[in-house]
Amino acid sequence: MLETIEKLLTQYWFLFAKGTGYTLLLSGITVFFSSIIGTVFAMLRMSNWQIGKFRPLHFLITAYVEIIRGTPMLVQLYFFYFLLPKAVPQLDFSPFTCITVACIVNSVAYVAEIIRAGIQAVDKGQMEAARCLGMSQKQAMVKIIIPQATKNVLPALCNEFVTVIKETSIASTFFVGELMSQYKAITGALYLTIEPLIIIAVIYFVLTFSLSKAIAVFERRLQSGD
Amino acid sequence: MIKVVDLHKSFGPLQVLKGVDEHIKKGEVVSIIGPSGSGKSTFLRCLNLLEQPDSGQIFFEGVEITDKKININEHRQKMGMVFQHFNVFPHLTVRENITLAPSLLKKVTQVQAQEQAMELLSRVGLADKADEYPRRLSGGQKQRLAIVRALAMNPDVMLFDEPTSALDPEMVGEVLNVIQSLMSAGMTSVIVTHEMGFAKEVSNRVLFMDEGIIMESGSPEEVFNQPQNFRTKDFLSRVLH
Repeated sequence: MLETIEKLLTQYWFLFAKGTGYTLLLSGITVFFSSIIGTVFAMLRMSNWQIGKFRPLHFLITAYVEIIRGTPMLVQLYFFYFLLPKAVPQLDFSPFTCITVACIVNSVAYVAEIIRAGIQAVDKGQMEAARCLGMSQKQAMVKIIIPQATKNVLPALCNEFVTVIKETSIASTFFVGELMSQYKAITGALYLTIEPLIIIAVIYFVLTFSLSKAIAVFERRLQSGD
Repeated sequence: MIKVVDLHKSFGPLQVLKGVDEHIKKGEVVSIIGPSGSGKSTFLRCLNLLEQPDSGQIFFEGVEITDKKININEHRQKMGMVFQHFNVFPHLTVRENITLAPSLLKKVTQVQAQEQAMELLSRVGLADKADEYPRRLSGGQKQRLAIVRALAMNPDVMLFDEPTSALDPEMVGEVLNVIQSLMSAGMTSVIVTHEMGFAKEVSNRVLFMDEGIIMESGSPEEVFNQPQNFRTKDFLSRVLH
């Protein structure tokens, strides 16, 4: 078996490299956009803008979060894979784009929840103290609440990013070129199952493990503060 | 300096303030005493609109701050507040806790803010802690920090919401000393407190609150030694031994 793995790596390394590249690209884009949009959504969900007793933003984003969290990732991928090209045929979406959008839409819901929880976990006396010094809501948020919330959310956020990397493997259903898709290609061509599987499992593990470690270092740096 | 007219405040079905009228003059030290749930903290928190009153008016230095159109942030800069649970900023050093608001809001330079911070810190005996984070401080030290943080904005009035209630007994003295020196320097102050001895000693005026109204108001001698209202008598007989 080791010989086969060695042979696979020397002859087909470029397929694994390409797969790793696509996995990183897909999860990188997802993490980048979901952090930004997720933060905005968390803020909107907590906003007090209301019509009568009804808080439209709160309602819409809560509904969105619940729907995404309550349906399987695979269903969401299918949904966007078929829906997006039909919805805007002019833009001629590639499967990769559709899947990326689906991953972002999925991850935003989780990130928004993590950030909302992190902000609400900051003692409300902190906001009061900041406002009493004369800071505006926004200044208090930026200078007092968000720096403390960042520390609260980092572990959960790291978890979410690790999950994103692993979940991109589901995208192989649509053969978008990431690691799991490469595995399917190799298996199909060489009738080998276990050996290439071990290789991609190791690659996934190295990716997620080094991400966790990198964030742990960052976290410790923040913690040295207080 | 602060004038309150017919203040009402409810939390859901619970009426906490049922029509409070009060006038706090410049240079005055006013203590608010009364049993738990009497509305004294809520009253204090209404003065800088930390709680939004349901009805009634509050005038601060001649401006009606309950008016929705005014910018409350500007007026809050002139009203320092000290909380029961300190609420120091844990992610900032002691020095940064003090300099943040002035450099952000008052357009003083970093250098000026730093100098002022060090001067304030040495006044309360915390100069050697300037670069520590608050988690390394004791409760009493945190509260002293919270007081000078408020002072750094050069407020015209200081509001104290049970500043010693969360402290270990041996630390109450050091915090009261700081507050007292502030008051004797002429700082207009309103303090909600359970420290009856302190209230008696430092106040120009004592307010006894119960059931959402001011039941009795007068000089410390009047309120503590010859209370008129039977509720005041009852309360004092239970807290003074």
